[in-house]
Amino acid sequence: MVTLLVGALWTSASREVAAGDVARMPSPHAGFPAPAFALEDLSGETVSLADYRGQVVIVNLWASWCGPCRAEMPALQSVYESLSAEGLVVLAVNSTAQDTEAAARAFVTEHALTFPVLLDREDSVSQAYRLRSLPSTFIVDRQGVIDSVLIGGPLAEAVLRSKVADLLAEGP
Amino acid sequence: MLPTLQLGPLALPTGPFTLLLGVWLGLWLTEREADRLGLNRDHVSALAMTGLLAGLVGARLGYALAHLDAYLADPLGLISNNLATFSLPAGLLIGVGAAWLYGRRQRLPLRATLDALAPALGALSGALALAQLASGDGFGAPARLPWSLYLWDEWRHPTQVYALLAALIVFGAWWRWGRSAFAGFGFLLVVAGTAAATVFIEAYRGDSALLAGGWRTAQVLGLLVLGASLILIKRWHDALPPADGVRVDR
Repeated sequence: MVTLLVGALWTSASREVAAGDVARMPSPHAGFPAPAFALEDLSGETVSLADYRGQVVIVNLWASWCGPCRAEMPALQSVYESLSAEGLVVLAVNSTAQDTEAAARAFVTEHALTFPVLLDREDSVSQAYRLRSLPSTFIVDRQGVIDSVLIGGPLAEAVLRSKVADLLAEGP
Repeated sequence: MLPTLQLGPLALPTGPFTLLLGVWLGLWLTEREADRLGLNRDHVSALAMTGLLAGLVGARLGYALAHLDAYLADPLGLISNNLATFSLPAGLLIGVGAAWLYGRRQRLPLRATLDALAPALGALSGALALAQLASGDGFGAPARLPWSLYLWDEWRHPTQVYALLAALIVFGAWWRWGRSAFAGFGFLLVVAGTAAATVFIEAYRGDSALLAGGWRTAQVLGLLVLGASLILIKRWHDALPPADGVRVDR
């Protein structure tokens, strides 16, 4: 009885700490604000993550030589085509520091990808997102907070749809 | 933090790998304990495996049911290798249910079987703490202490280390006291100890799921489990025949 009473008091006391613990630094982990970035796309236009605040963003880090990255691109394209009207954006960040722009362009043309493909020439996004394995996918909610981190692939279309469904349903 | 272990071209996710090692260690300990308790080790081992496999399948099906539209559009997603698409409550429910049915069918004595599984629970909670330390999950609240851990761009309580220490203490308590009392006590000791540790450590977590009013979900669940375990310990102890031997199974 004493154990339970002490536990209940401890639980109650730590409740107030939880309520105040809300501010977080940007970090590549679920529950944290997504680290900001701005990169050129294949047409030379600068695209930043902040441009899409208010929308659900799938940030996918990939390289053209990476088998699982290639295998999951059709799923990303399909999800983008069917859900972009509801506020979904896909930003495919090519890890150009370990790839070539020519190979990235050829891959995009071959697979007729219509979402923005960004070139991480300086490896800045890979470092900010602590890339350890390709592909890596970060799902960012409408407030700019990372909701899910999916390391490795290829990702099934069902996985992508299930991860964004609730976020899209929240509305702008 | 070491989320992936690069072995040549192979990127091994350390979290799941650590959990797998915990399962292996748990099964090994369970078989040893089954022998010590005079149970059929093959049946107890099969019960544990049945629970694990049914739990895995149940967790995936539970997740798919909760996202039915997505999986109806792409049914092959059910066999995806992605580890982020499991439902823990569904997995627990179906895993425990399947193990219980298997135990009933094999006529395994409930309390002794639970005792045989107790060290596996301890090993799994230790492995979970290590897996979270490797992946950076289960992180602590910001704190500047001599033993703080720098994680996710802040100095934090090393809650994964606290959890690992708690698992070792619970395991030690089970080893010292849990194996010589009445049937079922060893299991309840591990469950109660783990629940008490959760109630205590959760207060230092920085990623707690919250209920209305700021109550931490894990603490509330931990309190409920702790209370149920203590009640069962008292009831099972009080039901012992007077001056009976130490191990009585019903």
